[in-house]
Amino acid sequence: MSKLPFFTYLAVMAGVTYLVRMLPLVLVKKKIQNRFLLSFLYYIPYAVLSVMTIPAIFYATDYRLSAVIGCVVALILSFIEQSLIKVAAAACAAAFLTEAVLRYVI
Amino acid sequence: MKEINSFSKGIRNGLPICFGYLSVAFAFGIFAGGSGLSVAEALLISATNVTSAGQLAAVPIIAGGGTLLELAVSQLVINLRYALMSVSLSQRLGGSVRLRDRFLIAFVNTDEVFAVAMAQNASVGRRYLYGLILTPYIGWSLGTLLGAVAGNLLPAVVISALGLAIYAMFIAIVLPKMKKHRPTAICVAIAVALSCAFYYIPLLQRVPSGFSVILCAVIAAAVMALLRPIKEEADE
Repeated sequence: MSKLPFFTYLAVMAGVTYLVRMLPLVLVKKKIQNRFLLSFLYYIPYAVLSVMTIPAIFYATDYRLSAVIGCVVALILSFIEQSLIKVAAAACAAAFLTEAVLRYVI
Repeated sequence: MKEINSFSKGIRNGLPICFGYLSVAFAFGIFAGGSGLSVAEALLISATNVTSAGQLAAVPIIAGGGTLLELAVSQLVINLRYALMSVSLSQRLGGSVRLRDRFLIAFVNTDEVFAVAMAQNASVGRRYLYGLILTPYIGWSLGTLLGAVAGNLLPAVVISALGLAIYAMFIAIVLPKMKKHRPTAICVAIAVALSCAFYYIPLLQRVPSGFSVILCAVIAAAVMALLRPIKEEADE
C-alpha cells in the first residue's frame, strides 16, 4: 500500500476531532433538567483528569524517582491551594533537581 | 446565575494553561520530529487538532503509513471525552455566546480550558471564553514549533522534568475540589483505582488507552451521580 499524502491524514484527524467537540456544543441548547445527568456532568471532568494523571504521572519523566518527587511536591502545593502555574513550576523544578543529582552526582 | 464576560480575566486564567501547554507541546514537537514528521507537519497537526493524547496516538499512524480508518477510529475513541465536556460546557454558556461563537470555542475546548471554565462560579460569556482559549492555542502551536525545531538543543534532563508540568496542573485543579467536596474526593478515588487497574492488570492492558480513559471516568462519575447527586445550584 502506498503512503497517503500528509494532508489527507491531517484532514481526517482534524475533522474527527473537531466534530466530536463541535456537535454537542452547537446542538445542545436547552438547559438539561435531569438530576442524574447534571450530577454526572459535574463529576466527569474531575474523573477524566484523575484518570489521565494517575498512574501516567509516574512515567512522565526519565526516572521514576524524579516523577514521584515531582508528584509529591504537586500534591502538597495543590493541597495548600497554590496557583496552577506555581504547582507546575515547582513540580518540574523538583523533578529537575532530582534528576540532576541522579545523572551527574550519583 | 451571573455571567463572567471579561476578556482580560479570560486571558489571565488562560496564561497558566498556555505555559503548561508550551512544555507539553514542546515534548510533542520533539516526538513528532523524532518520528519522521517535518517541522511544518508537526505544527499543522497541533494547530488543527489541539489535543495531546489524540495527537500522540496519531503520529505513529501517520509516520507509518497507517490507514485512514485506523486514524479516524483512534481520534474518535481518544477524543470522545471532549463530547462529554462540550455537553457539560454547553450548560454553562452565558447569553452572550452566539451560535458562531460555539463553532469557534468548540475548536479549542481542551481538558484544561474546560476545567478552568467550569471552575468559575458563574456562567461564562463569549469575551471571557475567547480570552481563555487565545493564549493556550498560541502556546500549543508555538511549543510544538519550538520542540520540532530546537528540541535537540535542550539537555535531556530539562525535557524530562518538563514532562511533569501538565500532570501537576491537573492535580492543582482536582485536589482543592476534593478538599471541599467529599463526594468529588470519592469519585476521584474510584477513577484512580480503575485507571490503575487498566494500567497494571495484564488483561485490561489490551484496552486502548483512549477507550480506557473514557470507561474509567464514565464509571466513576456515574456511580457518584447515582449515590451522591449534586443538589440544585451546587457549590461548583
